[in-house]
Amino acid sequence: MTSHSLGRFLDQYGGAGSFLSVCLLLILVMFGLPLFVSTFGLLQVTILAVMSIFALSQGFVWGFAGIMSFGQAGFLGLGAYAYAVAVINYGDSTLAVPISIILPMLFAAVMGYFMFYGRISDAYVGVITLTVSVILFQLINSTSGSQYRIGVVELGGFNGIPAIPPLNLIGDPSRPLDQTGIWYATMGGLLLVYSLLRFILMSRFGRVVVAIRENETRAQLIGYDPRLFKLLAFVIGAGIAGLAGCLYVNWAGYISPGVFALTMSAQAIIFVLVGGLGTLLGPILGAVLIQWLINTIGDQGTVDPGLGLGIILVAFVLLFPKGIVPLVQAAIQQALTLRKRNVGSPLPVDADPLQSGAE
Amino acid sequence: MDLAGLIAFNVVTGIATLCLITIGLGVIYGMMRIINLAHGELMMLGAFTCIIATEAGINIWISIFVLSPLVVGIIGLVLERTIIRFLYGRILDTMLATWGMSIGLTGLIVTVFGNNVRTLANPAPSFGIGAYSTSLYGLVIVAVAVGALGSLFALLRLTKFGLILRATMERPGMAAALGIKPDTVYMATFALGSALAGMAGAVLAPISGVSPVMGVAYITRAFITVLGGGAAIVTGTGLASMLFGTIDELVSFKASPVIGSVAMLMTAVVLIRIFPTGITGRFLRRSL
Amino acid sequence: MTNPIPAPAKKLTPLLEARDVTMKFGGVTAVDHVDLVLNEVELRCLIGPNGAGKSTFFKMLTGQLRPSGGSIRFRGNEIGGAHPHDIARRGVGIKTQVPNLFDGLSARENVFIAAARRKSVARATAIVVEVLERLHLTDIADREVGRLAHGQRQWVELATVLAQEPELILLDEPAAGMTKAEVEQTAQLILEINRTQAVVVVEHDMQFIRRIAKVVTVFNQGKILVEDHVDRVLADERVRNVYLGNSISA
Repeated sequence: MTSHSLGRFLDQYGGAGSFLSVCLLLILVMFGLPLFVSTFGLLQVTILAVMSIFALSQGFVWGFAGIMSFGQAGFLGLGAYAYAVAVINYGDSTLAVPISIILPMLFAAVMGYFMFYGRISDAYVGVITLTVSVILFQLINSTSGSQYRIGVVELGGFNGIPAIPPLNLIGDPSRPLDQTGIWYATMGGLLLVYSLLRFILMSRFGRVVVAIRENETRAQLIGYDPRLFKLLAFVIGAGIAGLAGCLYVNWAGYISPGVFALTMSAQAIIFVLVGGLGTLLGPILGAVLIQWLINTIGDQGTVDPGLGLGIILVAFVLLFPKGIVPLVQAAIQQALTLRKRNVGSPLPVDADPLQSGAE
Repeated sequence: MDLAGLIAFNVVTGIATLCLITIGLGVIYGMMRIINLAHGELMMLGAFTCIIATEAGINIWISIFVLSPLVVGIIGLVLERTIIRFLYGRILDTMLATWGMSIGLTGLIVTVFGNNVRTLANPAPSFGIGAYSTSLYGLVIVAVAVGALGSLFALLRLTKFGLILRATMERPGMAAALGIKPDTVYMATFALGSALAGMAGAVLAPISGVSPVMGVAYITRAFITVLGGGAAIVTGTGLASMLFGTIDELVSFKASPVIGSVAMLMTAVVLIRIFPTGITGRFLRRSL
Repeated sequence: MTNPIPAPAKKLTPLLEARDVTMKFGGVTAVDHVDLVLNEVELRCLIGPNGAGKSTFFKMLTGQLRPSGGSIRFRGNEIGGAHPHDIARRGVGIKTQVPNLFDGLSARENVFIAAARRKSVARATAIVVEVLERLHLTDIADREVGRLAHGQRQWVELATVLAQEPELILLDEPAAGMTKAEVEQTAQLILEINRTQAVVVVEHDMQFIRRIAKVVTVFNQGKILVEDHVDRVLADERVRNVYLGNSISA
């Protein structure tokens, strides 16, 4: 790829050099925050970073691949439970982390195969992903009793699994991470996922994924198999959600079926919708903003956070379907074009009513 | 033999229950091609209406068959006028908006009534099949399901309103030619679907218990049934309920209700793989 | 620039061989037992009134529709009912009737996606520059194609088809909605493409057909009415009758 097209590509997804500035910002927050914030404060911000990773998984699958996954919480939950079961059984987190990523990916591969190779329409994909995540919730919820155990771990049904050991240094279970360590691990994970997605989107694979979102028929007529690309994108998204699940467990210290809950999937949708579809920075900002809001409402205790979430979801669908980041980008772009117009000759822009429908 | 009788009774009740759970969703899906993600919460509102009314001393049958459908129908009407109608033609946005409605309604009820389970006294006595005892309330559910499907069929087949509905379903432009705005038809449809959901929630309240989060328990089965049944409201809901209700009951009896749901989902996935537009989309394209 | 009239097939297998191809929609037969043989580097025009079955026939060639009957062979291999992406990979490219592009992406990205299917990123990027220049699209290369004018969108779609480097190019009404100058450019381009690749063109514009055609196949009511040299076809009584009442924009 020439530097020119690389620059153009970066330009399209949030301004040239934005990748480096976002990375720099994340690193700054990662190492700066522990200097100013107490351990308890760090604990409260860690969940924001966990949710940011979760939001990125939804943002990639929905915003870039155009897959209406309404059940990302299913993968979050699978990742969380996979980590919990593995870390307790092995007594070491070294293998538990990759397991928490790979298990949701395998599950997504089977599910995605049926959905995408079965030519199931977008709306049905939404309903099926949602249904599967609810059934996973009900399934885990019904595992009370000592007969439901994996290795030495009782799944615990409604009560979940208590006292889950945190991450430890690779290959050394005797050195577990403390709260600050988990903060670094989580922010490191966020940085990694953000960079990975950025890299994927610049690769040929990522461009084809976006192209398929734009026009599946054209992609087919060029020779790409949309089913395969959607499946791979779906599986990547599941892996990221799984990692978020693993970090979620580390933050909470225990796990209950609540991670599979429908509101969890809804939150991911809201993070992306509020932040902006088709961006990577948007979901992160959306996650931080909304999760902070949920925590604040939750602490205050008189109003159920669901009421606020529902209103936000409806309001954004009705009023700002593109979210905050594209809104800001459009404003900046407008300011730039205005300046350009004053300098050079205006280019006539043909409004074309032919837009590819949501079929 | 007694056991076989009991299982048969449970299968029939299961089919009827599924039918009730699905019919409001089916009406809205069949007419508007919208999967209403707030369906479970509309049922929840029906159950709450019923329990509040009976606690206020109103006869339970009046609560179930008059108040709950009326109240939830009006709520549906308001939601359609204030939210859904701005999103026609945008299926995915509509789904998201109904999802927002679903979370918001749950949150609202939790805020007002608290997140706990209430129970409604079962108004029907129990009876015995040989050595087994079961509730006569199953018969009520069967009667209501048959009644609901029957009246819906009559409404679509025999009334002018039904004619307009069918015309709009075939092609939205047709209704306009009959002098009816499709907009009005959709409004009525959404209210009707909501009312049916409200009634279903109320009918099932005595056996399910009533809580703000009860909607989730219904939606998976309702979604699976609608996807499997296809767009034909009466035959789709009826046939799919028979198929999935039987599978659900038998597997639940052998294993557990959750495994029953899993079996339903598997069947649905295979079914959609073979008939992408559901049973009725494949075989009974012109049915109701 | 004139091309020699295609010599009789030198090879044993023609490039494209459709036999007895039929497409039924419910009770309607849109394409009715059609035979069509195309040789390497041939230029063929398909004409016929609206609803004659030309676009349906194209959709079967690209795999968007599965034929109800008959066989379609490309280089001797059956492609009837194969997946569109599979057929595209074998070397069939199409410009559809309504411009069919990645609307949210730039012209450059549209062409890149097409070129990158078979080539490395570096090679594809070079092809993109070449093709954009060849079609005089360099100036608008970085604009979002969803915002381009209809004629420009037609050209971008042609560019994506060329970037695929297919051996058979199907063009469904390439001159529709273009200005006179653009139509002439398109005709020249098609003749130029045809020096290396086989092209099948569906078009209503008779002047355009006269400008480029050698052999013309006339569709009517799902069947092939006549297939002959362009001059004889346009003089044919039956063809005139078919088009009677339909405007021949000559």
